[in-house]
Amino acid sequence: MSELKQAVDWAAFPDARGHFGPYGGRFVAETLMGALDELQAVYEKYMKDPEFLAELDTDLKQFVGRPSPLYHAERMSRELGGAQVYLKREDLNHTGAHKVNNTIGQALLAKRLGKTRIIAETGAGQHGVASATVAARLGLECVVYMGAEDIQRQSQNVYRMRLLGADVVSVKSGSRTLKDALNEAMRDWVTNVDDTFYIIGTVAGPHPYPAMVRDFQSVIGREARAQHLEMTGKLPDALVACVGGGSNAIGLFHPFLADESVAMIGVEAGGEGIASGRHSAPLCAGRPGVLHGNRTYLMEDDDGQIIATHSISAGLDYPGVGPEHSWLKDLGRATYVSVTDDDALRAFHRMTRTEGIIPALETSHAIAHVLDLAPRMRPDQSLIINLSGRGDKDLNTVARLEGIEL
Amino acid sequence: MSRIAKRFAETRASGRAALIPYVTAGDPAPDVTVPLLHDLVAAGADLLELGVPFSDPMADGPVIQLACERSLAHGTRLRDVLAMVREFRQTDSETPVVLMGYLNPVERMGAEVFASAAAEAGVDGVLMVDLPPEESDDLTGLLERAGIDPIFLVAPTTADARLSHVAAAARGFIYYVSLKGVTGAQSLDPAALGARLGAIRAITELPLGVGFGIRDAATAGAVARVADAVVVGSAIVRLAEQYPDAPERFRAAAAELAREMRTAMDAARADAAPAAV
Repeated sequence: MSELKQAVDWAAFPDARGHFGPYGGRFVAETLMGALDELQAVYEKYMKDPEFLAELDTDLKQFVGRPSPLYHAERMSRELGGAQVYLKREDLNHTGAHKVNNTIGQALLAKRLGKTRIIAETGAGQHGVASATVAARLGLECVVYMGAEDIQRQSQNVYRMRLLGADVVSVKSGSRTLKDALNEAMRDWVTNVDDTFYIIGTVAGPHPYPAMVRDFQSVIGREARAQHLEMTGKLPDALVACVGGGSNAIGLFHPFLADESVAMIGVEAGGEGIASGRHSAPLCAGRPGVLHGNRTYLMEDDDGQIIATHSISAGLDYPGVGPEHSWLKDLGRATYVSVTDDDALRAFHRMTRTEGIIPALETSHAIAHVLDLAPRMRPDQSLIINLSGRGDKDLNTVARLEGIEL
Repeated sequence: MSRIAKRFAETRASGRAALIPYVTAGDPAPDVTVPLLHDLVAAGADLLELGVPFSDPMADGPVIQLACERSLAHGTRLRDVLAMVREFRQTDSETPVVLMGYLNPVERMGAEVFASAAAEAGVDGVLMVDLPPEESDDLTGLLERAGIDPIFLVAPTTADARLSHVAAAARGFIYYVSLKGVTGAQSLDPAALGARLGAIRAITELPLGVGFGIRDAATAGAVARVADAVVVGSAIVRLAEQYPDAPERFRAAAAELAREMRTAMDAARADAAPAAV
């Protein structure tokens, strides 16, 4: 289906310094270089260590509840009258989203490094909750940085993190959203690098984070590939996932990269529309630059200052994106589209009423694209949506938009 | 000989440590910066570090983040910062100016365009905080060809193996980050600092500037005993915060702080002189 602009040995990326073609790398202040070298060494060692992998596997089974089901959304497929729609049910994971796949893995690394303190940044709060959860389970101190605006939008997740024993720090600098939380977490890490492990929640940041988070999230695509083969006897024709930083999308896409017949579509947050300028769609409307430790597509002004983003969903409200997505875009291996707040909201309701599944607003962007894509495909074709998270955390936001105070 | 090398040759010959004040360009307002730079030179600064404001200064503390926000609110852009250096150079052709900032604005301008525009404006050194030597081959080459020294950071966490790598890429001087943390953080241990600088001197002959955590004249004096240069940033920028609507008072206070530091540094070196010789 996809026409690659060049042949690629997917297993060879990133290179030893974390580059995906021109993207990725390690753009941080000198103080962190040692910690990143240490992290890379420990990550490379343990990803080949049978004992570590067995422990990870046990945790994913017994604590997270993996494998998550692949669900054939028959009623929605019928209504759309085109491709068969399958949902990879990451919303059924413990803590309600795909984020925990990664925090479990990184926390096990933190334990092996002897770190006693975990820090994390969070947007929608899902990664914060997943980090606070694994910290509680392992008895580690946990500090979560969250933009002051996101704390307002996601008060339930803030309370969940506090129940779990995490210290949620309100970040009031800059745009008071995810990017500023990331800046603040980096500052904490620079200061407390000896005893602190920074669990980055997405496939961005300095090497080895984009590769490491991808590897922990790839369990999504490995399972989905096997499940789809078992259920239908063939590979899906397309994969669709929302992209903020892009961890759930990479998790689904990565194990399919060599399957040339499988199209991959990442859905960015179009906010009030690309033309309005109020969106969070760097792959659709940005250009390459350097932020948060890696080279990737960014939303910036013509002086290279990072500009404010907007999305109805806090988890997609980010001006950058994982470097591997930037590379997949340039190679033509994946395509990236955007969906507006309004269309995402409509898809949220449609999924809820049609399949009895309340999706996260982030995930609703991917669903909205499928409402458009599936009818243009044949009924003997199929696609998988990564149902990356459940919508409970968004009930306040949705209700407020409809004039209801919960 | 570059202006930076020449200036360090002079300070070394006279037995002084160089004083390098940092200010964020355009903070609290664009028209304050050039007069402020001249004030700082008159107060005893040997080199100047001029911060290029960035929206996401990840390695800086709240003081410099706020300075960036104040400057950006006035619309200060990289090309405006270069214009400030050009204006400063009209009446000061001696004092080296180092630009300090983050990579993205430079990439957006284009590294080649930036290198030649910076050289033309009279910039002597460039320190990109988020650009370690591993990623900097392109920019370093362009800067050197334009006659600008690429300055690099060394941190307490820099392993010995990396140290020689960083030193090999660096020109002008090495900026030693005196403590783990962001700019404007607390506390600095001069004894441990001296030991660490000794280890770095075994690897490079470049002058060693020390920054981060130098809050007052007493600390500046202590650092001057062991370092070739003392960089003071947040302590000055904090004064801009203190006098947001009174730029003359900010300039006077900044110059006063620089003078106190100059005095303390020279006194510290005078005390230390017999032992050193």
